[in-house]
Amino acid sequence: MSQLPTDRRYTKEHEWIKIEGDIATVGITEFAQSELGDVTYVEVPKVGEQLSQGQAFGVVESVKAVSDIYAPVAGEVVEVNDSLADEPETVNASPYEGAWMVKLRLAGPADSPDLLSADEYEQHIAAGGH
Amino acid sequence: MAATGELRQTALNSAHRRMSAKMVEFGGWDMPVRYSGDLEEHRAVRAAAGLFDLGHMGQVVVSGPDALPYLQWLVTNDMASLNEGSSRYALLCKPDGGVLDDLFIYRLPGRWFVVVNASNRERDVAWMWARRVEHPEWDVTVDDATDRTGMLALQGPRAEAILGRLTPADLAALPYFDAIEASILGIQAIIGRTGYTGEDGFELYFPIAESERLWEAILEAGRPDGLLPIGLGARDTLRLEAKMALYGHELTEEVNPLEAGLGWAVNFDKGDFIGRDALLRVRDEKPARRLVGFRMVERGGAPRAEYEVQVNGATVGHVTSGTHSPSLGQSIGLALVDRAVAGVGKPLDVIIRGKPVRAEQVKTPFYKRAGK
Repeated sequence: MSQLPTDRRYTKEHEWIKIEGDIATVGITEFAQSELGDVTYVEVPKVGEQLSQGQAFGVVESVKAVSDIYAPVAGEVVEVNDSLADEPETVNASPYEGAWMVKLRLAGPADSPDLLSADEYEQHIAAGGH
Repeated sequence: MAATGELRQTALNSAHRRMSAKMVEFGGWDMPVRYSGDLEEHRAVRAAAGLFDLGHMGQVVVSGPDALPYLQWLVTNDMASLNEGSSRYALLCKPDGGVLDDLFIYRLPGRWFVVVNASNRERDVAWMWARRVEHPEWDVTVDDATDRTGMLALQGPRAEAILGRLTPADLAALPYFDAIEASILGIQAIIGRTGYTGEDGFELYFPIAESERLWEAILEAGRPDGLLPIGLGARDTLRLEAKMALYGHELTEEVNPLEAGLGWAVNFDKGDFIGRDALLRVRDEKPARRLVGFRMVERGGAPRAEYEVQVNGATVGHVTSGTHSPSLGQSIGLALVDRAVAGVGKPLDVIIRGKPVRAEQVKTPFYKRAGK
């Protein structure tokens, strides 16, 4: 497994969240894409949607599986990655960069104890990731 | 997810783990779902070759002077016209016509070799025993050989060339559906020219202790050709493109062979068999449902098993299998729908995450190999 980026936090459901100012960028992790296999379809929300923490906001489909993506924090969708509709395989090739899924304007401070550090997430995966 | 310790393992379990295959539960077995990637594995079988561990499947040997009348009573297809050294697909039905399992039956010198699905094996064997006991006048032996039989499938356009390097058998002279007993690397094996992918290829049966040796040798022999080991993920997309039924999806106890489009595997002229009366009624009244193939024409994701199917907002059936088709680059599926809405070119709406997404019925199989 590749080294986990330390410039962001992680969830037990295998999303990553990177916070810059009041904007949070969200995607799924390397572990998530490797569990799914070849990604064939990505569904992202519409700009302007209000998401609550833990809300399912999108879907990633692979050849064998359908998986919801959950909002790690509450916020308003300000930008979505439209290119994933035509190039879903980006999720496999570049989960941490090219395949970001949404940018949220934070509704409040993003200090939830549910957000894991890279080390904590690594331990979560080592324990099976469930 | 069930703990691995509760699952059965094939003789190749440690070989799969050494290759870092992703393992999943399937029919009570711990099986590889993928090695390198579903799409790469799928394309390898279509363009070159793939090797499948089918050690989870069951094999039942039926022998004795009355094996033929026994099998004729037991299964839907005609076994009397099956030549020695050949094989045929058939269904195991209940008296009401519901399908207990789909079978592949080889007629070999002195015995019949019946291949059954992993998840149904124990029920099949119990059923076969019970039907045997009902007919004490028949001299038949029913022997579950699963635990001593290894099974691999080698599939794809390069399969004949690859296997030909390991056996003196004249594979070029072996027609599709025929089978021979021959040695592979000195191992006595049954080589059947058949498969579950829509490609040319072989299914191999041999003493289970030789599983790892054969697996490694075939992978090695096929490496220059682009042979890959193939997991259940690609096995499913390959069989679906070829419109081959998967038990538990297209076939269940609540589905009869005629509505599943398998009337070609039901022979009403061979004499009586279990389910014949019920299936004759279905034939005469026409099946209420039809298994149809469709492709998604709107974006919205892939159809998946159990998704509801509608026409004009009314429920008309459900998806039995669906996926993104690697060969076609679009989402495809099979659905069991009311006969009135079935027809190539007619629309269906598949309910994906609560939303109707438009599909169009198409001719099947979705994929046919060149020259077939």
